[in-house]
Formats: sequence, structure tokens, C-alpha cells
Amino acid sequence: MAVISRGFTGRGRDHTPDLPPGQYLTADFPVLSAGPTPDIDTADWQFSIRTDDATLHTWNWDEIHALPIEDIDTDIHCVTRWSKFGTSWRGVSLDTLFADIETTDGFVMAHSYGGYTTNIPLDDLLGGKAWIAFEFDGEPLDPEHGGPARLLVPHLYFWKSAKWIRSLEMMPADQPGFWEQNGYNMYGDPWLEQRYW
Amino acid sequence: MSTLSERETRDAAPHRIGLWHAGVVVSTKTESPTGRSIVLDVPGWGGNIAGQHADLRLTAADGYQAVRSYSIASVSNGDRVELAVDRLPTGEVSPYLVDELRPGDQLELRGPLGGWFVWTPSLPDAVQLIGGGSGIVPLMAMIRSHTASGSDAPFRLLYSVRSPDDAFFRSELDTPTPGLDVTWLYTRVAPEGWGRPPGRITVDDLAGSAFAASLSPAVFVCGPTGFVESVATALVALGHDPHKVKTERFGGA
Amino acid sequence: MGEHVDGNSLAGPLSELFAVDLTMASARCLGCGDVSELARAMVYPDPTGYVVRCSRCDDVLMVVVQEPDSVCIELRGMAWLKVPR
Ligand SMILES: Cc1cc2nc3c(=O)[nH]c(=O)nc-3n(C[C@H](O)[C@H](O)[C@H](O)COP(=O)(O)OP(=O)(O)OC[C@H]3O[C@@H](n4cnc5c(N)ncnc54)[C@H](O)[C@@H]3O)c2cc1C
Ligand SMILES: [Zn+2]
Repeated sequence: MAVISRGFTGRGRDHTPDLPPGQYLTADFPVLSAGPTPDIDTADWQFSIRTDDATLHTWNWDEIHALPIEDIDTDIHCVTRWSKFGTSWRGVSLDTLFADIETTDGFVMAHSYGGYTTNIPLDDLLGGKAWIAFEFDGEPLDPEHGGPARLLVPHLYFWKSAKWIRSLEMMPADQPGFWEQNGYNMYGDPWLEQRYW
Repeated sequence: MSTLSERETRDAAPHRIGLWHAGVVVSTKTESPTGRSIVLDVPGWGGNIAGQHADLRLTAADGYQAVRSYSIASVSNGDRVELAVDRLPTGEVSPYLVDELRPGDQLELRGPLGGWFVWTPSLPDAVQLIGGGSGIVPLMAMIRSHTASGSDAPFRLLYSVRSPDDAFFRSELDTPTPGLDVTWLYTRVAPEGWGRPPGRITVDDLAGSAFAASLSPAVFVCGPTGFVESVATALVALGHDPHKVKTERFGGA
Repeated sequence: MGEHVDGNSLAGPLSELFAVDLTMASARCLGCGDVSELARAMVYPDPTGYVVRCSRCDDVLMVVVQEPDSVCIELRGMAWLKVPR
């Protein structure tokens, strides 16, 4: 039986209706990384989408900034149980980036600078649900939080919002990414508490 | 005083490690404006060697638990354990340990842990200790073990702190000890008339005050991750064999 | 913040799973061939688990995910692990 430590409460675990089950609210923006923070110069930065026929659609830093940029206000939910309300971002919608892309594949593997991967169904990236974000709270996104640019898919647990995004690769079938190979859920819906397999 | 050898600790491991032991706070002492040492009585602990750490588990009234690692400042073959903790303002556990915990309170410990970042009196090599902030804790255990055992291995300590007030174990370190040489480094505020201007530890500090690589000392570096990284890089640049440099990163910037 | 620590800090979590101190075991990295004690590896902690990387090449040696009823340990990044007796 565990020993109770008098006066220890831990971080707040209050429940409000807007919080998915098992989450607590934080005002900070905790940093969690599965590896070293890559040092990426925006002059060398590239983002690409690779389709089934191996065609690469590539944007450099200036090209992506020439596309329509959206303001995004959203709540985010981390599988490590913190949630943060009302975060503000700026970035380019994946609807814009996928506008000229033809694909019959239904799944996407996101690849990051530094080697991280995560899998997402294509439908979850389209329809105003996902962005390539390069500003947070009015400032350029700092490297610790995924800068110069990260994927933002706020309706899924935050590990799906790959930091240091480099490319999206189309896949005919769902394949597990880095955490998904090791027990994290393939989909990761915070409202259904899809944390693990 | 006798200390457990590394071998004995390992042999005893299966009985004790992995189990949580209830500990009771015996006393606390303010070490700096942000840190304090805590002495615990942990029945069944059975002692530790210098450099090891413990995992601490705190349980809230509603069952919520948090686990963190803390190095052990003491060396013994009994059930007393001394820790020293620095408060991170936004942290979950360290503010509780520094500000709230008082004698009689209970928490759980697992350990002693780690057979690698350790020093035992049977080691003949010269020892260079390099600590930043609360990183002094496991090095203090090594110094105490060195003194208690009467080991004649030469010891040197480089201790980097923000200001004179931020030092842990100040009076103990200021007491001259045969075979131990202490060099203080200040990063923000130095005492009046101090020769070296305040600043982070540099290759020159290491070249000037640490045992030279040619003596092939055993080097133990401990502190915040950023501190340990820069010291380890500088040591390798000065020709130290990476295999003789052992590190303990506490996390943080 | 969110910074990595040494493999030495795995002694506690791994003691829940193994009777020996696995941080004293040597592993060979599949990425660069380096052989080092697990204590020397770099650990990126996370409340649901940790990622252990080679201190020489940063490749992933081991991933541990703690689920409510089990622990998943992936060892894909190491050729072998030599455990002292
Ligand atoms: C082997 C080892 C030995 C150690 N020995 C010592 C020792 O002797 N003395 C000592 O003082 N320390 C020691 N440490 C460090 C110690 O384990 C803790 O990391 C430290 O006390 C901070 O814990 P915390 O709960 O206060 O901070 P945490 O709550 O863990 O936060 C750490 C930082 O990250 C941020 N953060 C992380 N997660 C969140 C979140 N969810 N929400 C908001 N902010 C977040 C916080 O702002 C804070 O700045 C050791 C570490 C290791 C690995
Ligand atoms: Zn390697």
C-alpha cells in the first residue's frame, strides 16, 4: 500500500467539460522530445509531399510563406496528460498544400528532421483540420517546440503533430510511426483516450 | 567506518532494489536560498555507496503519484539517507521537497540505484570532481567516503555555483580536509575581490584547476544537463580519455 | 527543460523489470558499432516511457513505453547486450 505524503498534491488535475478524459490543464508549454533538437536553418529548410508515383512536391521557406497563411486558435492535448487551451498559431493549411496533389492512398507517414515519424490517415489532415505551422503566440516557432515548422493536427494527441516536419509520404495502408511501433495508438483520439494499442 | 563495496551492493540488489521503502523525514536544513538537505530514516534501506541515487515517490491523498530521481549525499551501511534538493520554480516535486516537507512526513524511496557513477575507496586513481549547482550532491558523498575511509587517492573538486550564497554544504567544504583541494567558480556573483570574473566554466578553468589529462584521473561530472555537456566536451578537448569521464545529468537547461 | 539525462538514471525503472543492474550492461549500437555501458547512453525521458540513444551517434538503442498493464521494451537498435554477472 502506498504511503501518502502529507501536503503533496502534484500538478492540478481539475476537471472541466472541455478537457478530454484523464487530462489536466497547464499554462506552460512542456517540452518533450524523443531525441536531440535538430538545428535547421530556414535557408536550407524544405517541406515535401511524396505521392504513390514517387513524385515529390517541394516547398522551400519562401515558397511556403507565399501561400495563404491562416491564424489557428486551438486546444492541444498531449498523451502525457497535459492539455493547453487557446493556443495560437500561424501556418499553411494542408488543404492548400494538397490542392494540386492527386493520390489514391489513404494514409500518410510524417517524417521529421532528426528521424522521427508518425502515421495519420489522410482524411485527418484535410478539411481544415491540419496545418504546417511556423509561428506560435506571435513569434517564430522555437526549435524546442518544433521550429522552424511543425505539423499541427490538434484534434489528435500531440505526438501526431510532428515537430521539425520535413515531409509527408503517402501510403496505401496504415503503417506505424516511431511511437506507434512501441505501443502508442495508431490513431490517437484524445476524446476516446486512445493512448495505447 | 566501513563502506559497502560495489560488488556487495550488487549482490544484495535483488532483495532490495525495485522495492519501494517507506521513509520518514528526520530533519531538514536550509543549504541555500533555493535548496535544502533532507535526512530520512528508511527502515530496510541497508546502505549505499558514494555516487548512487534513489528514486523518490510521492503519493497525493487522491492516489496521484510522481517519481523523481535524487542523488544521495551520504554514505553509510545503515538506514539513514541524506538528500539535497534545489527548487525549480515551475517544478512539480522539487518545490514540495524544498518548501513543504517537514520532519515526520513520509515518502517512498527505491534504491540505492546505479553501479556506474560511483566511487569506492578501493580505487587508487586521482579523482577529479566537477559539480554545477545541486550536482554537488553525489560528489559530496564521494568526498565523505574518501574522508571516512582514509583513502590516499588525491581528490580535487571544482564547484560552480551562481553566487556564494547558492553553494550547498558550504561549511563542510570550507573546512580544510587532507587530500582534498576545492576550487570555487561563480557564474553570476563572485565574492568581493575574487580574482576570476563571474562566468560559466571554461576550458581555461579546467586547464588551470583540474588534474591534467596526463595524470589519467577518474573524472566525475554532475549537474544540469547543459553544464555537464559543456564540461564533458571541454575535458575531451583537453585530452581526457572519454572512458575515464563519468557523467550524471540532472536534466534542465 | 525536457533535457536528456544519463542512462544511469534508468537503474530505478529497469529494476522493476530485471533483477540485475542493467545500466552496467554493455550494448553494441547497430548504427555506429560503439560498445558502451547502458549507463553512458542518453535518455530522453517522458512520463509514458523513455527513448535511449547511443551517446556516440544518437541512434535509438531502446524505447520503453509504460502502458497501464504492461511495459513495452523495443531493443531494435542494439546488436547485443552483455550483462555482467
Ligand atoms: C540521476 C538523477 C539524480 C538527480 N539528483 C538530484 C539532486 O541530488 N538534487 C536535485 O535538486 N535534483 C536532482 N535531480 C533532478 C530531479 O530528479 C528533478 O528533475 C528536479 O528536482 C525537478 O523536478 P520537479 O518535479 O520539481 O520538476 P518537473 O515538474 O519535472 O519540471 C522540470 C521542468 O520542466 C518543466 N515541465 C516539465 N513538465 C511539465 C509539465 N507537465 N507542466 C509544466 N511544466 C513542466 C517545468 O517548468 C520545470 O522547469 C536528479 C536527476 C537525475 C536524473
Ligand atoms: Zn551509435
